[in-house]
Amino acid sequence: MNNNPQLNKNGELQHLLTTEGLPASILLNILDTAESFVGVTARDIKKVPLLRGKSIFNLFFEPSTRTRTTFEIAAKRLSADVVNLNIAASSQSKGETLLDTVNNLSAMHADMFVVRHSQSGAAHLIARHVRPEIHVINAGDGRHAHPTQALLDMFTIRRYKRNFRNLRVAIVGDILHSRVARSQIHALTTLGVPEVRIIAPKTLLPAKVERLGVHVYHDMAQGLKDVDVLLMLRLQNERMLGACLPSSEEYFKHYGLTQEKLALAKQDSIVLHPGPMNRGIEIDSAVADGKQSVILPQVTFGIAVRMAVMTILAGN
Amino acid sequence: MHLPDAEQLLADLAEKIRPDVTKNTVLVGIYTGGVWLAERLHQILELTLPLGALDVSFYRDDFGQIGLHPQVKPSNIPFEVEGRHIILIDDVLYTGRTIRAATNELFDYGRPASIRLAALVDRGGRELPIAANYVGATIVLLEDKMLALEQSNNGKLSLSLYDKIPPG
Repeated sequence: MNNNPQLNKNGELQHLLTTEGLPASILLNILDTAESFVGVTARDIKKVPLLRGKSIFNLFFEPSTRTRTTFEIAAKRLSADVVNLNIAASSQSKGETLLDTVNNLSAMHADMFVVRHSQSGAAHLIARHVRPEIHVINAGDGRHAHPTQALLDMFTIRRYKRNFRNLRVAIVGDILHSRVARSQIHALTTLGVPEVRIIAPKTLLPAKVERLGVHVYHDMAQGLKDVDVLLMLRLQNERMLGACLPSSEEYFKHYGLTQEKLALAKQDSIVLHPGPMNRGIEIDSAVADGKQSVILPQVTFGIAVRMAVMTILAGN
Repeated sequence: MHLPDAEQLLADLAEKIRPDVTKNTVLVGIYTGGVWLAERLHQILELTLPLGALDVSFYRDDFGQIGLHPQVKPSNIPFEVEGRHIILIDDVLYTGRTIRAATNELFDYGRPASIRLAALVDRGGRELPIAANYVGATIVLLEDKMLALEQSNNGKLSLSLYDKIPPG
């Protein structure tokens, strides 16, 4: 037996909760499988019969449009039945506990839960609680993890840069509040990226972040030098203006990605962003819509990656 | 047991297919052995339309029992399927389940004018009402045997016989 709650007794993926602690072989298997789904999503009939008859519940305790939609599309393209529950507006507001909600849905013969929650650890709690034939995917929990976003970023990087072995990758922005950044750092280091940088003001960095094996920069000019891949993060305005930053204009001046700042990175560098973008705050429109931007391909690949994760889980 | 020479069977198979080839004929190989054969047949028959390749993993009927096959490759159909005469190529025809899956997958690309089936070896044991239009050789094998096509570094094809590993 192992004590990783994501793996079953054969060491296969049972739940996808975080990229932390997953072996490179499992991450690569997801990316390789997703390659085959990219072709499926480009056909006239964008559907395969793999999960026919399976029921997938999207449990969104926190609002999200893009992530929920891409999970829904992924499930439908696998022929599963999808139920979207916007729980912020339902039973929970009437006082039902998280596990009671899950018990009720399990009694409706759910096969898979996709969980988004503002509390770190919510998906773990559900995964520990459900019957062994039910699979759980973390679609973002608090500041903790967002593994499918990190995987689709890895997929995008591999598509444009071929492999991870010789890359310099910079994660730019609000690391402190970002579950995406944490999942990216674990995935990048596991996949063998030799140099992961994070660039942020001191007020947007978690304490002792160097322990994750990253190089910390506070200055864009230094941090972006010779970088192959820029992973931009959304400035989480709603969580922090005033407390961590003087103003969004001030932030844009120092950390907003403009063409001038991008020119400091390698000429063939690529720019990713998990969305939704704050144009003119963390990224300038000229960069977001520029030729080094792969932000829209990320969205397309996100569906293929989520199809791969659902298929691998359902098959284990 | 003496196995036939795969290269000779391939040459025979090409001559059986040749009279039916039209300008609208396309070959689609099924991974892995069928793709090797389709590449060779494409050369021998001097076809102009590009070659297709199918990985039927997403259409298999045993996903519920054994999950996804570990090494899925992307299917690649680089032509319009609508109205084409397709010849599916597989190395060993056995239960017919792979052909069922491949046929279903092709229809998700479009409606072909026809689908025919070419197999290097037909080993019997069908579990579905499926038959090949072109066969290199027919070999009767016991259930516990597995017949596999292999490709050497110089591209030469050969057949090998294995004992199936019993489940569990």
